Amino acid sequence: MIAYLLRRAGYALPIMLGVSFLCFMLVHIAPGDPLVAILPADASTELQQQMMKLYGFDRSLPEQFFHWLWRALHGDLGTSIATSRPVTGEVFKAVGNTFMLAMMATLIGFFFGCLFGFVAGYFRHSWADRVASFISVIGVSVPHYWLGMVMVIVFSAKLQWLPATGAGPGGSGEWTWDYEHLQYMLLPAITMSFIPMGIVARTVRALVAEILSQEFVVGLRARGLGEYGVFKHVVKNCAPTALAVMGLQLGYLLGGSILIETVFAWPGTGFLLNQAIFQRDLPLLQGTILVLALFFVALNLIVDVLQTVFDPRIERS
Amino acid sequence: MKIVKPSAILLACLLGAGMSAAQAQEKVLRIAMTAGDIPRTSGQPDQGYEGNRFTGIPMYDGLTQWDLSSASKASVVIPDLALSWSVNDADKTKWIFKLRPGVKFHDGSPFNADAVVWNVNKVLDKEAPQFDPAQIGVTASRMPTLRSARKIDDLTVELTTSEPDSFLPINLTNLFMASPTQWAKKLAAVPASVADKAERSKQAWAAFAADASGTGPFKQAKFVPRERLEMVKNPEYWDARRRPKIDRVVLLPLPEASARTAALMSGQVDWIEAPAPDSLDAIKGRGFKLYSNLQPHLWPWQFSLLPDSPFKDKKVRQAANLCLNRTAMKELLGGLMVEATGIAEPGDPWRGNPTFQIKYDLPAAQKLMQEAGYSAAKPVHVKVQTSASGSGQMQPLPMNEFIQQSLKDCYFDVQFDVVEWNTLFSSWRLGAKDPAAHGAHATNVSAATMDPFFAMVRFVSTKAQPPVSNNWGYYSNAETDAIIEKARTTFDDKQRDALLAQLQARIIDEAPFLFVAHDVGPRAMTAKVKGVVQPKSWFIDIATMSLD
Repeated sequence: MIAYLLRRAGYALPIMLGVSFLCFMLVHIAPGDPLVAILPADASTELQQQMMKLYGFDRSLPEQFFHWLWRALHGDLGTSIATSRPVTGEVFKAVGNTFMLAMMATLIGFFFGCLFGFVAGYFRHSWADRVASFISVIGVSVPHYWLGMVMVIVFSAKLQWLPATGAGPGGSGEWTWDYEHLQYMLLPAITMSFIPMGIVARTVRALVAEILSQEFVVGLRARGLGEYGVFKHVVKNCAPTALAVMGLQLGYLLGGSILIETVFAWPGTGFLLNQAIFQRDLPLLQGTILVLALFFVALNLIVDVLQTVFDPRIERS
Repeated sequence: MKIVKPSAILLACLLGAGMSAAQAQEKVLRIAMTAGDIPRTSGQPDQGYEGNRFTGIPMYDGLTQWDLSSASKASVVIPDLALSWSVNDADKTKWIFKLRPGVKFHDGSPFNADAVVWNVNKVLDKEAPQFDPAQIGVTASRMPTLRSARKIDDLTVELTTSEPDSFLPINLTNLFMASPTQWAKKLAAVPASVADKAERSKQAWAAFAADASGTGPFKQAKFVPRERLEMVKNPEYWDARRRPKIDRVVLLPLPEASARTAALMSGQVDWIEAPAPDSLDAIKGRGFKLYSNLQPHLWPWQFSLLPDSPFKDKKVRQAANLCLNRTAMKELLGGLMVEATGIAEPGDPWRGNPTFQIKYDLPAAQKLMQEAGYSAAKPVHVKVQTSASGSGQMQPLPMNEFIQQSLKDCYFDVQFDVVEWNTLFSSWRLGAKDPAAHGAHATNVSAATMDPFFAMVRFVSTKAQPPVSNNWGYYSNAETDAIIEKARTTFDDKQRDALLAQLQARIIDEAPFLFVAHDVGPRAMTAKVKGVVQPKSWFIDIATMSLD
């Protein structure tokens, strides 16, 4: 197992290096001027050159890359062009906010996804299956920024039950686990949870249907095992795949929530990426992408390990 | 069971009641900005003029300021921390500014000539300990000729420009005075282990931004990066007429229009900038007030005058201007634009008397096009570079598609090259000759037109051709250059304005732009915000407002 873990971690290293290189290059080859955000429209050539030098954009790309990577390895992702604040602090604060939101969305999505998946899988071709499948299809297909806006219109603007934007009543900038703060999280988390809910529901439905049709289930029943006991076996067989799907979804949620975070002005990584893109704040953009990509690689690693724990056949294969 | 004494309960009730009464009494104005982050609070705000509007003008003063007291008259420059100013007759690069006595920064230190010199040096003197490269981008180009400042006495300062430049007092509205004393305190608190001078300065400015000190009507109270900025009133503000009546102002960055609108509708904020256009009826229907006014802003097509551009022919440029039905476009935008008939509209001191009238006149436009050699059978093919969004770009795609349809009647076949906003902006600097222009014959970048340089000079001066400034289309004319030179070196305000009016009239006659629209800076507020004056400006004065 330890050898497997080491081997798996070893595979992750070149991936992380490749990801670092890609995220550095992608933002550099995009057209446009990285200093647009801070230079006025009529900035003189002299001023532009002065600022390029100041931010190190006058160096060659390989030089910039190795300099950036070396500092990144020491935990310094540079300084935001737009705000002059350290990128590391900005990104990690946003990661914290997104992580909370993604976890909440994952919990909601996983719970309802499994619920709908099991219902649909157990009662195939019944009305319950059709309802659960319909909801899961909606969860996957509906544009989530649109859904977010509908949620805001209904629950904030019309009913005034929940706040429309932000991450708390505010002032401190610190999150507290109380209802006052939690109500700010509900709408974005529910909106976000539609994505994993749909995917998990569809996956679980297919798994349950497949497992229930297998001979060992017939055998279990033939040996007189009750439905609860059979259900436990089904859950155990479903778990590795459902977990893997959920792990990947958590990865997507951590990095792919730009639209939802923007709609709800949730100060997470998606919102930060949006701002970095609009301000063409290269150090912030690179730092955020890098951290998110590394999270994704790390999550994949964790999911693989968990899968192996649940199903040792994976390690052997 | 522990028994609580009735007196303790009474005391708790009284305290609770007292506290909630105090909270209820505090008048708090919550504003949702379009910016994605709190504009810099260190004295030179970023985030364009929204930064000046919300963290510059409320917390700071400059030597000069815009008069924001009228919604009907053009906003003009008036004294702020300088009581008066004059140029040296013998050497027109030297200006004397007499400073306002008795003004104090929020930290209690005095505002004086030393503070002015210190603030000029923070953006111009690379050797000064307080030099902040992060602030020069938004400052140096807004006062391109300012070179240095020198103290004459405590309340007199001399500013020097690189060449005679009568626009300086207007430019100085952008230089906000930060407290040197507060900054020195922050510098002293930087750990001694940080030895590098530039790094020490950077850290001191970061600490200053978190606990800023200016001389403005509001003081910084709480700053949570990317989330909120709270300002409280400065009861000792030197200008009694602008001493705030609102206790606390909370600024929230909400870049998404629908999120801002929802925040207003749900009662989370009292004021939103730029509400979503399709929600205006709902906003008004719920009893919110909508404010808008002509802004010094131009949404144009800036023509290329290079040899391969059809717009090199003045007849084609004028025909395009006569072919566009701006009234119908205004309807398309729900009324949220002013039809552009130039850079400065009638009533503005820089308007002048152009001979060419910009209006919708289809027969005249078609006639001009036929004279230029075009017809329905032989249309002119033009390419226009634009973006799908961007700061000040209003609604670029529907507006451009409307123009495309309109100009079809005058034998224009318009194709668009839609690029990302920052790419368009970079290409704007590089000019029509640069490959980044993708061979476009016009570019569509909206522009702030508050001061003469930004409004006119940078677009038509030969000296402002790329890469120096924004004369993207390489317009060049000796007579126009001569008027610019004369305006720049005329130090009597009225004479200078007369020359600028002459310049603007010439620009309209020459039509280097398709003049399309001016933005109106729409903002929606709850009816409890009183005393709102939306001037003909990018700015607005919160200090004179009150809350019910």
